[in-house]
Amino acid sequence: MTFGTATGDGERGAGFRVDGTWVGAPVTRKEDPRLLTGGARFVDDIHLPRMLHAAFVRSTVASGHVTSVDLSRVLEVPGVVAAFTAEDLDLGDITPRLDRPPEEYTETSMPILARDRVRFVGEPVAVVLAEDPYAAEDGIEAADVTYDVTPPVLSEEQALAPEANAVHEQAPGNVLLDVSMFASDGIDDVFAEAPCVVQVHTRTGRQNALPLETRGVVAGWDSRAEQLLVQTCTQVPHQVRTVLAGSLGMAESTVRVLVPDMGGGFGIKCVVGREEIAVAAASIRVRRPVKWIEDRKDALSASFLAREQRYDARAAFDETGRILGLDVDVLCDMGAYSCYPFTVGIEPLMASSEMPGVYRVPAYRVRGRAIATNKAPTAPYRGVSRPQHVMVMERLVERAARELGLDPLEVRRRNLITVFPYTGVNNVTYDPGSYLESLNLCERVIADEGWYETRRAAADQGRVLGIGYSCFNERTGYGSDAFAKRKMQAVPGFDISEIRMDTAGAVVVTTGTMSHGQSHETTMAQIVADKLGLPLDKVKIQQGDTDRVAYGWGSFASRSITIGGTAVALAAGNLGGKLLDLGAHLLETPRDNVELGDEGVRQRDDPARGLSYRDIADVAYLKSHLLPKETEPGLQASASFDGVGDGTFSNASHGVVVELHRDTGRVEILRYVCVEDCGVAINPQVVDGQARGGIAQGIAGALFEKVTYDENGEPSAASFLDYKVPTACEIPDVGMHHIETPCLFTDNGAKGAGEGGTIGAPAAVLNAVNDALRPTGVELNDTPITPQQVFDALTGALEVAP
Amino acid sequence: MKPPPFTYHRARDVAGATDLVAELGEDAKFLAGGQSLIPMMNFRLARPEHLIDIGRLGELSFVDVGPESLRVGSLSTHRAVETADLGAGFEVVRDTMRWIGHLPIRTKGTVGGSLAHADATAEWCLLAVLLDADIVVAGAGGRRRTIAASEAFLGFYTTVLEEDELIVEVAFGRPAPHAAVTEFAERKGDFALVSAAVDLDVSSGTVSGGRVALGGVGPAVVRVPEAERVLHAGGRAGTDLFETCAQAAAQAVEPPGDDDAGTGYRKALVRNLVVRACEEAVAR
Amino acid sequence: MTEPDKVLLTLKVNDAVHEVAVEARRTLADTLRHDLELTGTHVACEHGVCGACTVLVDGDPARSCLMFAAQAEGSEIRTVESLAGDDGSLSDLQTAFSANHGLQCGFCTPGFLMLAEGFLAERPDADREEIREVVSSNLCRCTGYQTIVDSIQDCAERRRNAKEASA
Repeated sequence: MTFGTATGDGERGAGFRVDGTWVGAPVTRKEDPRLLTGGARFVDDIHLPRMLHAAFVRSTVASGHVTSVDLSRVLEVPGVVAAFTAEDLDLGDITPRLDRPPEEYTETSMPILARDRVRFVGEPVAVVLAEDPYAAEDGIEAADVTYDVTPPVLSEEQALAPEANAVHEQAPGNVLLDVSMFASDGIDDVFAEAPCVVQVHTRTGRQNALPLETRGVVAGWDSRAEQLLVQTCTQVPHQVRTVLAGSLGMAESTVRVLVPDMGGGFGIKCVVGREEIAVAAASIRVRRPVKWIEDRKDALSASFLAREQRYDARAAFDETGRILGLDVDVLCDMGAYSCYPFTVGIEPLMASSEMPGVYRVPAYRVRGRAIATNKAPTAPYRGVSRPQHVMVMERLVERAARELGLDPLEVRRRNLITVFPYTGVNNVTYDPGSYLESLNLCERVIADEGWYETRRAAADQGRVLGIGYSCFNERTGYGSDAFAKRKMQAVPGFDISEIRMDTAGAVVVTTGTMSHGQSHETTMAQIVADKLGLPLDKVKIQQGDTDRVAYGWGSFASRSITIGGTAVALAAGNLGGKLLDLGAHLLETPRDNVELGDEGVRQRDDPARGLSYRDIADVAYLKSHLLPKETEPGLQASASFDGVGDGTFSNASHGVVVELHRDTGRVEILRYVCVEDCGVAINPQVVDGQARGGIAQGIAGALFEKVTYDENGEPSAASFLDYKVPTACEIPDVGMHHIETPCLFTDNGAKGAGEGGTIGAPAAVLNAVNDALRPTGVELNDTPITPQQVFDALTGALEVAP
Repeated sequence: MKPPPFTYHRARDVAGATDLVAELGEDAKFLAGGQSLIPMMNFRLARPEHLIDIGRLGELSFVDVGPESLRVGSLSTHRAVETADLGAGFEVVRDTMRWIGHLPIRTKGTVGGSLAHADATAEWCLLAVLLDADIVVAGAGGRRRTIAASEAFLGFYTTVLEEDELIVEVAFGRPAPHAAVTEFAERKGDFALVSAAVDLDVSSGTVSGGRVALGGVGPAVVRVPEAERVLHAGGRAGTDLFETCAQAAAQAVEPPGDDDAGTGYRKALVRNLVVRACEEAVAR
Repeated sequence: MTEPDKVLLTLKVNDAVHEVAVEARRTLADTLRHDLELTGTHVACEHGVCGACTVLVDGDPARSCLMFAAQAEGSEIRTVESLAGDDGSLSDLQTAFSANHGLQCGFCTPGFLMLAEGFLAERPDADREEIREVVSSNLCRCTGYQTIVDSIQDCAERRRNAKEASA
């Protein structure tokens, strides 16, 4: 039998099983050969006959009324074929819904192309189709759009000002979501009587998830299939189908969404955008396929953004450092529109519900708000609020440790949840994790590597080193019950998998999740291969095709391996059951005397007696007259799975050593240690990769990346010169360590692993910087930290907070 | 982000290139490595109607090391200079190349292109100004002239070059064995926030003069006479002298600030980078 | 507005000679991808920062978004499609990327491969820090770079070992 694809001399990462199972083995990825050779197919690699190229005329003002749109000169540009306004295409809006009362939630809609109002610079106003993208861009320059400009709303202060302009008429105060939750009885008394109350005021910068592949679509009517074929890089193909069909007024059966290889997503592609719908509609109008590839300028300024939040948080502690209460006001700047299906509630609801995290918090109160501003809209981005609220929580703990003169790690230990399951004040039940163990191990690694001595020695030489930690959990595998608590009108959760075995004994398995770099073709194949005793090359995962996949919620919220992975395991198990039934019948032995083995069914009492899958498939398909009367021909099965209870919580602790450069204020990361627990790792190499990549994005948010605007709402970081994505010289190597607390309800004990890295990094980096700044008395709480802030802190130019 | 249309011309020789530019007028531009021009065209911030590709003018691609001088052809890439043996005394030129962008930029970007683009943080501008290089340019009708680097850079992306003039070489007249360039940028390969360059006259541990140039402190690269006066006054090559020099440099400039890096911070960077450059220069 | 000028070019790519008639403004990246159908070279920023479009021009890594196709005439261009063997077998560099999990979504990967291919040819003895500095030329959003550095270092070491063994 073959064991996957052997690589090199097999020292590292080669295809092999561990202890006879694929799960747990760092097999090389099935995706790799095509991605390494240029053989992959991304959206922009698709070329269809007679295909046109779209570009969007975009608003040049942040806020205003469209007074005229004149596209007549556009049509004179060589190569331009057509140009359409909102009026021309007459499409339905995208309206995300929450089932919350009007005092909590104001419903707003996002038009596909702006009609009367524009709400951010970059908002699409018209679409131009041309023979090539160069001509399309020439075309949009020839458009003549006039605006009646109104003062833009660009900040919390402007949005909440009494006389503020309304971004949406329905929300005169610009608050689209306002929830107050959990207010524990007597919480004001807790704070009044507590011996120690600490506060943290934080602002976090607006960020771009920034997959290297921008958004894009190729849409065209397939007259043979009598379907609109929409090939697009989305994490949620079925949701794109639903919204697109609705907007165009088509039956869902007449739309097929097909996802090619995807160059990353990180959340930005798990909402339904307007451009893909406009392009689809335009392609129908001109009866030709149309491609749209977002360029980087638009991706940086007019796509979906995230993370701009402000926290006013305070926590009460007793003298020993035990948390007595937590009181938080979080305000999220969601930009101009609510995203489908998550709504503007995505960030404030996540923060409100998850804030207490790994700690036992006896009293809790939170107010979460989403405000509308004249900036590009927001979407989920890896970690969703947790990078921010974990940072706030970890800063609160550190502040308390300082106030009380305690070791910040000891304060954490005194508060960590150690007995599971634990139901928190936030009404969330946490399944078992290794909160304390991971923190202890993380500290031990940092200590064993000698960083505490290094910090001391460096201080003697006048160098400025700091060590910081973060400790957090991450809810993964949300089921529909857990999502329903958010009161979304479209409730994600379950996944369906269908599996069929062919006449040669190989299987094709569908998943409703949608890999965009996370290696599902490999990891899910590992799961199925184990279930059926198959080699990896006989398992093919199928995803991202609304015609082939029954239904799916796609990939987000670290749900794929927990929900989708369990669904494929159950489907494979069901197929295994059929194979056992048939095998027993054909072997003429009782059902309980057969088991699945290497690519076949064998007899327990006589392992030499057995049938290969090929033999069984031969009967199931080619000699079905030999089947028992009640047995259907063919070898197929399906299963669905939904998350259980409140989902499953992965956890991790991060430890960071930084050096602050006295002469420039640069923050250099000297060491990064991550101790993670995502339950059973299906493929440890993939888990490490997810953690390291996530940490890089977290560091980016802590130290580098910020979407900025000028006073008119014009984006001022619309190139990679100003939006500072860190390179290999800024991102350190990460020492990975693992603890395994299996999930009790997923098929193989796996928990989600997609987002943790990003969640833990800002807190740990910030704590390390503040540890280094300890002698100055300055504490920095806003991200990204700039070199100037550090420099000013080191030189005494920054005021020390009272 | 596709560039606007233009007419492409390929030059066969320097005379042809300069004559053609003269004929086409202000809508024509030379295209060398394109590493600054093409991004601006892709953003449609530059829209020349004619591009004259000088990429094939092999005679402009040379690195000529003499006993007391260094001549670099304008079409030499940064990478070619980085990997060339420049001889004793010109190590600073070679070592400065690593500050220019990243490897794949240095393999295409050219010396002449960088000088002509005249970014306020451009390393070639900094070197030329620091070391009093001569910039040799050719113009239409076979004109040639030599421009002192100190007079070449007028301001924001502006030089004294006439529209028809093409830089053909930059010449460094005397070795600078104790020179160094250093920079600070938030990310590897970025344009510097501030860059500092010094060339010290030093023997037996005593400084008797020197030159100081800065990038990123104004619309163009500048020399700092106030700091050079400190060096000319002389003294022991050490922290005291360097800090006095650096302080003078910081006081002499008024870099424009922004939200993330204010004037005061940039002045502090000037001070600290000049000290660092002095230390590196004297250690050479 | 008049029709943009077209130029007739002869391009040598991966040892094959192609004739194309393209607008003068067409970048080498777009010409490779859409005229020669070599879609392995990716485009992700079009201003020379991300490096996804990196190809070899006369052996040197270069941004194909910052070159007009017309400038490439007379040069030898190599793209990611040239790395694997004729039978599809992965090169040692590609194998090292797979073995070290040096790629996730794979969109930036061809750029890193060509960057490393050009760099290692010139600097076969590069150490980890040199490799890291060169890796900083391109952006990756998935891996955190560590395994890309690992992959290139692994490949360099294997090449050195193979050379020693054969010496």
